[in-house]
Amino acid sequence: MNRPDANDADVIVVGAGPAGSCAAIAAARAGRRVILIERGPFPGSKNMYGGVVYPRILDELVPRWWETAPVQRWVVRRSTMILSETGALSVDYRSNAWGQPPYNGATAYRPDFDEWLSRQAVAAGAQLVTSTTVTGLLRDASGRVVGVRTDRPDGDLTASVVIACDGVNSFLAKEAGLYSATDPSNFTLGVKETLALPKHVIDERFGVRDDQGVDIEILGGTSGVNGGGFVYTNLDTIALGVVLKLPKLAAQKKRPEEIIATLKAHPAIAPLIEGAEVKEYSAHVIPEAGYSMMPTMVTDGMVVAGDAAALCLAAGIWLEGVNFAMASGMCAGEAAAAAVARNDVSAKGLAPYTDKLNATFVLRDHKKLRKVPGLVLSDRVQQRYPAFVTSVVERVFRVDNPQPKPGLRRIVRQERKRAGIKLSELIRDGWTGLRGFG
Amino acid sequence: MTAIDRDTNWPEISFEERIGTAEFRIHERAHIVVDGDTCRGCSTRECVVACPANLFVPTSDGGILFNYENCFECGTCYLVCNKEGAISWSYPEGGFGIVFHRT
Ligand SMILES: Cc1cc2nc3c(=O)[nH]c(=O)nc-3n(C[C@H](O)[C@H](O)[C@H](O)COP(=O)(O)OP(=O)(O)OC[C@H]3O[C@@H](n4cnc5c(N)ncnc54)[C@H](O)[C@@H]3O)c2cc1C
Ligand code: SF4
Ligand code: SF4
Repeated sequence: MNRPDANDADVIVVGAGPAGSCAAIAAARAGRRVILIERGPFPGSKNMYGGVVYPRILDELVPRWWETAPVQRWVVRRSTMILSETGALSVDYRSNAWGQPPYNGATAYRPDFDEWLSRQAVAAGAQLVTSTTVTGLLRDASGRVVGVRTDRPDGDLTASVVIACDGVNSFLAKEAGLYSATDPSNFTLGVKETLALPKHVIDERFGVRDDQGVDIEILGGTSGVNGGGFVYTNLDTIALGVVLKLPKLAAQKKRPEEIIATLKAHPAIAPLIEGAEVKEYSAHVIPEAGYSMMPTMVTDGMVVAGDAAALCLAAGIWLEGVNFAMASGMCAGEAAAAAVARNDVSAKGLAPYTDKLNATFVLRDHKKLRKVPGLVLSDRVQQRYPAFVTSVVERVFRVDNPQPKPGLRRIVRQERKRAGIKLSELIRDGWTGLRGFG
Repeated sequence: MTAIDRDTNWPEISFEERIGTAEFRIHERAHIVVDGDTCRGCSTRECVVACPANLFVPTSDGGILFNYENCFECGTCYLVCNKEGAISWSYPEGGFGIVFHRT
């Protein structure tokens, strides 16, 4: 075993996304020498998402983060919308208290947010290296990870621990053998348009003012491809996009931008974005399957965090990855620093990382909600329930005088049959949903 | 669908304009290489539908024309392709490739 102080760093963090920057902050705070490597020209330049971060986990790492974080708007309205071909049912909750400290969610651009977070890592003492792609792992004769290979000339860098925060495609976790196989049905493709509109127009259309913002999650409206949609408000742009289950997308023969265009034309969506100009088009993949697709988190000399470990939570009404990435990165940085201090960076020495994940919301939420991603993306929930639910509501609210009002039970039965849903299926899915979300 | 049901009152843009809104810093080395021979035997063509940058173009002789330049580096193509060896996928050189701004 080589002497730890002969290494280029105690800890090398690969990827300056939210997971990597938080790992670097935590390890640097604990007194370790940290190198944070990012392949983009600046942190965040490779990263896109829907648009809402929940930064409360930063209370510990970046006190008073809300004073400096590059926020677009504070979310004070959250809606879940169920779309049929022409109908829309919304559950809409508003709380202006979410627009005040300590806040809840915020819309932000990732190139801004990730760059800001990486500066916190630099302030904590980490060395940030951008425009550098890690191309592989260095291992010693026993197979232990001892550093990384980069695309720089003489680009090998050694460390006691490597923290892989290299995102959804994590070639490092795969190279280390932490994933057993890659199943495309565990992934969704997200595409989005950043749509420009004057601020006052956005304020009026979404019923907000100042730095208040809105988060709309959509079920249905994805042209029959399993997935979902979203609409988020930034200051003077709207983020509108869809997430699409990969094998279904490929099988349905509908292109991503066509699916976006269809969603934009929906009568409930079109008035929100009328006249807006596409400022930026973007795409990224999501590890969607949650707990069931997670890799082994730890091996000799290396741990994996964030999307690289499939820690993104995609469960219908929730699409949260940044907070899970930040929290897992923080746990990884702490565990790596402690392992270096104890001079045991074996898988056993790094095992407290997994214990920390188990003790926090990261794995507790994932375990509790482990059935939800599958349910939300199931054919029934995707293809039949939106039409069923919206047609029930349509009939409840439609006044058909001189006909008397039909009974709710009868409407539900008729519409359930029309949508081709068996009562036993409805009960089973309802039960899975109740238990899954409970 | 009738005009009442569907509202398309905004400027629709071509795919070229759409891709033109993203910034790509192009390196001379192709980070993704597609093996045309393997694709010739592929009837499902998942990549053609799914690639968000529309970089896989079927040719009249049954092959696939691929250009790496305007790539989001998302990984969709290698995930959906079910033919071993058709796609060799890696990230571009550090500092090159897609650069997002308001995403
Ligand atoms: C369409 C979409 C919508 C989403 N919506 C939301 C949302 O609203 N809210 C939310 O919280 N989450 C959302 N997510 C999920 C969220 O974006 C991710 O969970 C989160 O970005 C994960 O953070 P990370 O640090 O693990 O990975 P990433 O953010 O992917 O960061 C990985 C970093 O590693 C770098 N990197 C990768 N490989 C290498 C290498 N070999 N060498 C050097 N650097 C490398 C990358 O350039 C990147 O900067 C969404 C995702 C998508 C795609
Ligand atoms: S890349 Fe894969 S999916 Fe696309 S044509 Fe070639 S073999 Fe088929
Ligand atoms: S990585 Fe994504 S954008 Fe690039 S070629 Fe593959 S599917 Fe297309």
